[in-house]
Amino acid sequence: MKNKGLTKVDLIFESTDVRKVMKKAFEMTSNEIIEQILESGLKGRGGAGFPTGLKWKYTAAEKEPEKYIVCNADEGEPGTFKDREILDKAAAKVYAGMAIAGKAMGARKGFIYLRGEYRFLLPQLYVELHKFHKLINEIGYDFSIEYRMGSGAYICGEESALFESIEGFRGEPRNKPPYPTVSGLFSKPTSINNVETLVTAMMIIEKGAGEYVKLGTKDSRGSKVFSISGDTPIPGIFELELGMTVQEFVNEFGDGDTKAVQVGGASGFCVPRKKFSETIIGFEGVPTGGSMKLFNSSRSMYNVLHNYLEFFTEESCGQCTPCRVGCQQLYKGIEMVKKGESKSTYLNELVKLADTMKVASKCGLGQSVGNAFRSIVENFREEIIY
Amino acid sequence: MVTLKINEHEIKVAEGTTILDAAKKLSINIPTLCNHQDLCVAGNCRVCVVEQKGARTLVAACAMPVAEGMEINTNSLKVRNARKHIVELLLSEHRADCTKCYKNQNCELQTLANEFSFGEHIFLDLVAGRPYEIDRSSPSFFKDDSKCIRCQRCVRTCSELQHVSAIAVANKGSHQKISSFHDRPMSHVVCTNCGQCVNRCPTGALVEKTYIDQVWDAIYDPEKHVVVQTAPAVRVALGEDLGFDPGVRVTGKMVAALRQLGFDSVLDTDFTADLTIVEEGTELLTRLKKVLVEGDQKVALPMFTSCSPGWIKFIEHKFPHMLPNLSTCKSPQQMFGALAKTFYAEKRGIDPSKVVSVSIMPCTAKKFEADRPEMRSSGYKDIDYVLTTRELAVMIKQAGINFLSLEDEKYDSIMGASTGAAVIFGATGGVMEAALRTAYEIITGRPVPFTNLDIVPVRGMEGVKEATIKIEGTKADWKFLEGAELKVAIAHGLVNANKLVKAVSTGKASYHFIEIMACPGGCLGGGGQPIPTNIEIRKKRMEAIYSEDTHMAIRKSHENPEVVAIYKEFLEEPNGHKSHKLLHTHYVKRESY
Amino acid sequence: MYHTGNMVKELAEKHGRKRESLMPILQEIITKHNYLTDDAMVAVATELDISAAEVYGTASFYTFLDTKERGRNVIRVCKTITCSMKGKNDIISTLEDILKIKVGETTPDKMFTLLETNCIGWCHKAPAMLINDMPYTDLTPETVIDVVKGYMR
Repeated sequence: MKNKGLTKVDLIFESTDVRKVMKKAFEMTSNEIIEQILESGLKGRGGAGFPTGLKWKYTAAEKEPEKYIVCNADEGEPGTFKDREILDKAAAKVYAGMAIAGKAMGARKGFIYLRGEYRFLLPQLYVELHKFHKLINEIGYDFSIEYRMGSGAYICGEESALFESIEGFRGEPRNKPPYPTVSGLFSKPTSINNVETLVTAMMIIEKGAGEYVKLGTKDSRGSKVFSISGDTPIPGIFELELGMTVQEFVNEFGDGDTKAVQVGGASGFCVPRKKFSETIIGFEGVPTGGSMKLFNSSRSMYNVLHNYLEFFTEESCGQCTPCRVGCQQLYKGIEMVKKGESKSTYLNELVKLADTMKVASKCGLGQSVGNAFRSIVENFREEIIY
Repeated sequence: MVTLKINEHEIKVAEGTTILDAAKKLSINIPTLCNHQDLCVAGNCRVCVVEQKGARTLVAACAMPVAEGMEINTNSLKVRNARKHIVELLLSEHRADCTKCYKNQNCELQTLANEFSFGEHIFLDLVAGRPYEIDRSSPSFFKDDSKCIRCQRCVRTCSELQHVSAIAVANKGSHQKISSFHDRPMSHVVCTNCGQCVNRCPTGALVEKTYIDQVWDAIYDPEKHVVVQTAPAVRVALGEDLGFDPGVRVTGKMVAALRQLGFDSVLDTDFTADLTIVEEGTELLTRLKKVLVEGDQKVALPMFTSCSPGWIKFIEHKFPHMLPNLSTCKSPQQMFGALAKTFYAEKRGIDPSKVVSVSIMPCTAKKFEADRPEMRSSGYKDIDYVLTTRELAVMIKQAGINFLSLEDEKYDSIMGASTGAAVIFGATGGVMEAALRTAYEIITGRPVPFTNLDIVPVRGMEGVKEATIKIEGTKADWKFLEGAELKVAIAHGLVNANKLVKAVSTGKASYHFIEIMACPGGCLGGGGQPIPTNIEIRKKRMEAIYSEDTHMAIRKSHENPEVVAIYKEFLEEPNGHKSHKLLHTHYVKRESY
Repeated sequence: MYHTGNMVKELAEKHGRKRESLMPILQEIITKHNYLTDDAMVAVATELDISAAEVYGTASFYTFLDTKERGRNVIRVCKTITCSMKGKNDIISTLEDILKIKVGETTPDKMFTLLETNCIGWCHKAPAMLINDMPYTDLTPETVIDVVKGYMR
């Protein structure tokens, strides 16, 4: 796979005439919108990477007249903070993206589930929302948006847990099927999309899928907003074309002493220095919802893993066995190995457990704990033991 | 229909069938824990994971519907490894003191551990480091979180079947637990003590509070005269714990076993069930008369039955404004208790302070009921110990009695006579049927106009049942009821009770008389009955109850010879002065949490 | 402890009495009082006609819907990896020093509660914390004192 190098892009934050884009979209048929999104190859920007066009297509196909578009702004993955920035700087584009998605699938109602940690943004978001409702009224289109707040629960970023939370319950993921496109929020067909996905979709409608596919690679089309933190001289939010290698990324953002990059947050993968050159950031390599954390040689990867496992032990919803108990076993297990109270070979048992969690957990949280665990233990085994 | 393959066997099943149910049809057993036939699908224990060809992850067989062309392997290496891990994980957060545990050999986790996990445990023990305390506050059951595997069957039971939700899932992650309102003791929350959660707990996290040792002590105390009463529903379920299939009546064997255990007198709650009918029937007719003839606005109708202590506590918590609608009659257990230490002791010439009154009940709420401060009208604690059907089975096993080979024996007298009407108290609709058999005859002098006395409309497993009986040809005293239509309703399971009471309290429905039982199916599905329980088992117990009724010589409460005699010798008249002192009670408003 | 009074009834009028109203009602109580008393939870349960255990079960799932008594200002210092790498411990010990409480505790005058929390989305400006809803970032032991003093009045 040829990689695309490191190119900065300005798509998400550039100023746009949202009125013009919405009017354009509202004049298109549902199918035309969906076709554009499908053609663009856009995949969900929250991390899981499901093709956005397909999600809209499935929801559009449902006969039920009441449907919802839900914007997932429960950005909780450690190391991710780009959705906050997008809402802060480009809320109008998020709202417009929702209206366009609504048009595509036949939803008149949108909800934004905003994490409780970002409640301070709410006053300004309401000002923008008021403007949006006025604008859409002027255009003469029937669509409205409501905010729903989270209250400090990472798992509510999981789509069905998010629905449960909006419905007033504990944020516990549901059994799937049925999938949200069939039975989502309030048991109605629902498309749930990440903040950035909605803005990107809107920009695709503005510029056309043809323009968008010029960016990125076959499996990872377009550009993406990255949240960059850790041992870097320039932490922050950067929009980059997809397709670069970790090495290219480190060349730009590293501090000269980078020994590992955690791609995709605590539920993502740890890429060690020796694999920087061969690893592409994207669906052909390591996928990410945008979280990029750099670690230099002063950092203990045991501490990193320990911190992640503490996070999962606390943030697991607790309903399914592999995740609830598995997280605790991994967390306590590496402590015991570190203290020398368990043999180092116990790590092998824990890796097997992480594999079980990957295949047997009820939702994506439990299924992805093994990513960080395996990639850190395999690449930094000595640091975990000694 | 959908065609799929499970372990290479092709099968056609209806759309919407789960993999678990499809596998059952092929006699392929997939282990489960959180799954329970009576409850909605949870899919959270993950013990039932199976491999679906082409799927990225394993899938939960209990939650995954079949799809055309699906290929499932229930026993691949991937499945076995995952399942073993899951069982190990559950064991690591479970206090496995199996040999000391009340549920030893009756524990679903233990059975799975037997199949999947032997030798050394792989993972760290997570129980030791946590400050678990057993909640012993309820007189009916213990809650031991250190044995809880978070399957949430109890939570779903309390919510879906009982509409109580005295317990819910609290916290998240490693702190997740099953909790009452803000961790209050179970004795201080809306819990009705119905024990349905106990019936469905796969481990020893929820078990009845047992009084077996106290009863043994009383039996072996030469100073004490120990009487035992047996509730109607016990005789159709006890066998399940002692080697019989569900639905076998073991009345005679049970009496024989109780005698062998050493009880001084083996008596029948049926006797006071019949007495309840006479008292409660009279109360109903009196209320009707007061409202219809005297126009007394203070008298509350419809009248609710009051035999089910779970239901009583439910209404005390949730609908305290409806308490005047409850019959003031004590339950048969408590009527029996009050009479055992008065009438019985007097007749037998025994010092009532030496009488120990034990009851065998299908119910855990009866333990709470016996402890109510109102239940001391004999001057003593009317019922000393309540044992569940399960506890009686344990005592029979402890005593080394070969239950299967026992010869049938008969109850002692006095307070041992029964009728078919009393037996059917054990099934939902039974109290209503018994009451109608008697009331109709009091009013008209003729038997109820149903073939063979079987009032079929009030029978069966429907959640809420209704019936209307037209009263014609009344006797002189009851002329005001001539041509009247007596409207009755029946609910079982508190979720249904809640619906019915709400409809009544908001004026959406109106009846004269309502029977409510806290447990699904009535007492036969009580919280003290043998485990497991499901709709098939409860139906079999129900068939056994009606078959027992059919086989009784006397089938109307007011014809119970001992009932007739006790009014003559002791009580004088229904709802009379002595009845009010001994057989009736009052209720208290309780908090809503 | 605060007095529940008519607050819950008014909130139920405002947000409705469906199950989906539960979160907005609890969140608004938190905005006003920082934690949920047992009385408040029982009142919510009564208004929504659900069990109090369910209200507690739901509230206790969410880190910010505290059911333990909290001070007027709740400080939540992020403890996730980047903040942890960038000096979270120094921030905590500074706060413990000036407030004279440990993590998890509330000052005797009920002005401050000090807690740790999981990632709050300011990794590029670590270490960070929230005081009530307000984020404070790029903290140093010096700046955190100034921030907290601003809340002391």
